[in-house]
Amino acid sequence: MGPEILRDLTFDIPRRSFQFLTGPSGAGKTTLLRLLFLSLQPTRGLIRMFDRNISSIPREEFPMLRRRVGIVFQDFRLLDHLTTYENVALPLRVRGKDESSYRADVLELLKWVGLGERINVLPPVLSGGEKQRAAIARALIDRPEILLADEPTGNVDPPMARRLLNLFLELNRLGTAVVIATHDLSLMDQVEARRMILSQGRLDIYE
Amino acid sequence: MSESRTKRTHEVPEQQPEPQQQPRRTEMRVRPMGPIVPATNVSGHALMCVIAIMSFLACLTLGGVSMVRATAQSWQSQISREITIQIKPDDNLDMEKALADARDLALTFSGATGGNIVDRAATARLLEPWLGEGLDLDELPVPRLVIITIDENNPPDFAAMRKALTEIIPQAFLDDHRTWVDRLVAMANTTAMIGTGVLVLVFSTMVLTVIFATRGALSGNRHIVEVLHFVGAEAGFVASEFQKHFLRISLKGAGAGGLLAAIFFALAGYWQSRTLATPETDQATALFGTFTIGYSGYLGIIAIMIVIAVLTTLTARLTVTRTIYEIDLIRSDPGRTDTYQS
Repeated sequence: MGPEILRDLTFDIPRRSFQFLTGPSGAGKTTLLRLLFLSLQPTRGLIRMFDRNISSIPREEFPMLRRRVGIVFQDFRLLDHLTTYENVALPLRVRGKDESSYRADVLELLKWVGLGERINVLPPVLSGGEKQRAAIARALIDRPEILLADEPTGNVDPPMARRLLNLFLELNRLGTAVVIATHDLSLMDQVEARRMILSQGRLDIYE
Repeated sequence: MSESRTKRTHEVPEQQPEPQQQPRRTEMRVRPMGPIVPATNVSGHALMCVIAIMSFLACLTLGGVSMVRATAQSWQSQISREITIQIKPDDNLDMEKALADARDLALTFSGATGGNIVDRAATARLLEPWLGEGLDLDELPVPRLVIITIDENNPPDFAAMRKALTEIIPQAFLDDHRTWVDRLVAMANTTAMIGTGVLVLVFSTMVLTVIFATRGALSGNRHIVEVLHFVGAEAGFVASEFQKHFLRISLKGAGAGGLLAAIFFALAGYWQSRTLATPETDQATALFGTFTIGYSGYLGIIAIMIVIAVLTTLTARLTVTRTIYEIDLIRSDPGRTDTYQS
């Protein structure tokens, strides 16, 4: 058993809400996102997700639940042997959908995130910002009910960061709850949004 | 999905990224969808080679053991198909008549299918290695032989035949080759047992090597399993993707190994048929039999290929399922997640 990373946290993520999760490095932002993404189980306490206690959900149901959550990993986790198009289409492909049913949607989303000209490019050739956008597009492609993004602007310049933020805001306007983990103050200053600040394992929320 | 995305595109035209600023170009074509598991990589090639080598060795062993077993069986069968009546010469004995009588008597028994008197010339040839050429049988008290072929599945009553023979021809001795047959059966069984032991060892090595090589090849693909799991793929889907991939690898590897073994046996059989009647080939044939493995041998090679394919596929499935289980296990053991802390 490792050290206790988080304790005494009580919060909710309302539907269609938009919030930043911030705090110093090592505060537990990624751990909290992983708890929300079901890739980590709390040693104690209760997490309810989509009106269900996640501790009592059997393993077999995780994939179905994860399909309702989009996640942008800090390290992107794109598959290097698949093109940008194939990486973004992956969530739909693993659901067993026919390619012809989603091809137009994927291409449209790729254009929307500025990767319309990079659809056949493999991730090792993409820049950091392009990988970031491809990872974001993959998280968005199936219209998740909640989007968790871990440092989504960590690898991009300020104009691109602004554009990505607009993308998240737009997604939020369309009904997705968004949680962005970041310690980029300038990014947070651009939007009037709820701020969840993690420090020394505790959470303070500023509405 | 399409409707909503179109809607948002219309709602916020000012948020369009750079493609809007670029001149209109023709629609880019998407390449055909690549496989979720990369078709080729170093570990995949290595696994294919391991499978090819192991299947080649297993096929060779199987063919070799079948050859030895067949040869051992043929020794035993050839001896047990015949019995010999030996008649010692005597002053008062008309040898030719005694030989004919012995043959006729033996043929009256059920299970005796034919009788052949070894004539004087043939007897002289039999003794030629010891007594030299130009042997005059009348000068030496050489016993004469009658070879009786029998139905090995329904042999005659040897005791009754022996008794009847000695009553009519006291100088006759019936040799049913029992001592030889018993020794040969023991030797044949030992040879077959050793062969089976070698086969079991080679097969066990093949199974373990294929399992470990498959697991090794899969460990390089763990990140793919993780990503698929996290984008909502069910365990069955992930397992089936890897299964398909490893089935292809194992079929290619086992096919190459099996084909090489089949070619080896075909070439060896061809060489043997070309060099037939030379002393070396005769000795090799007597000891090891002919290098033909027949339909059953080729079926065995196909069976080995199928076993390897099933084994590889099953190992891939179990390893992927296990990997997903481990990913979920980490979920319930935060002590194992320190690499993810921010």
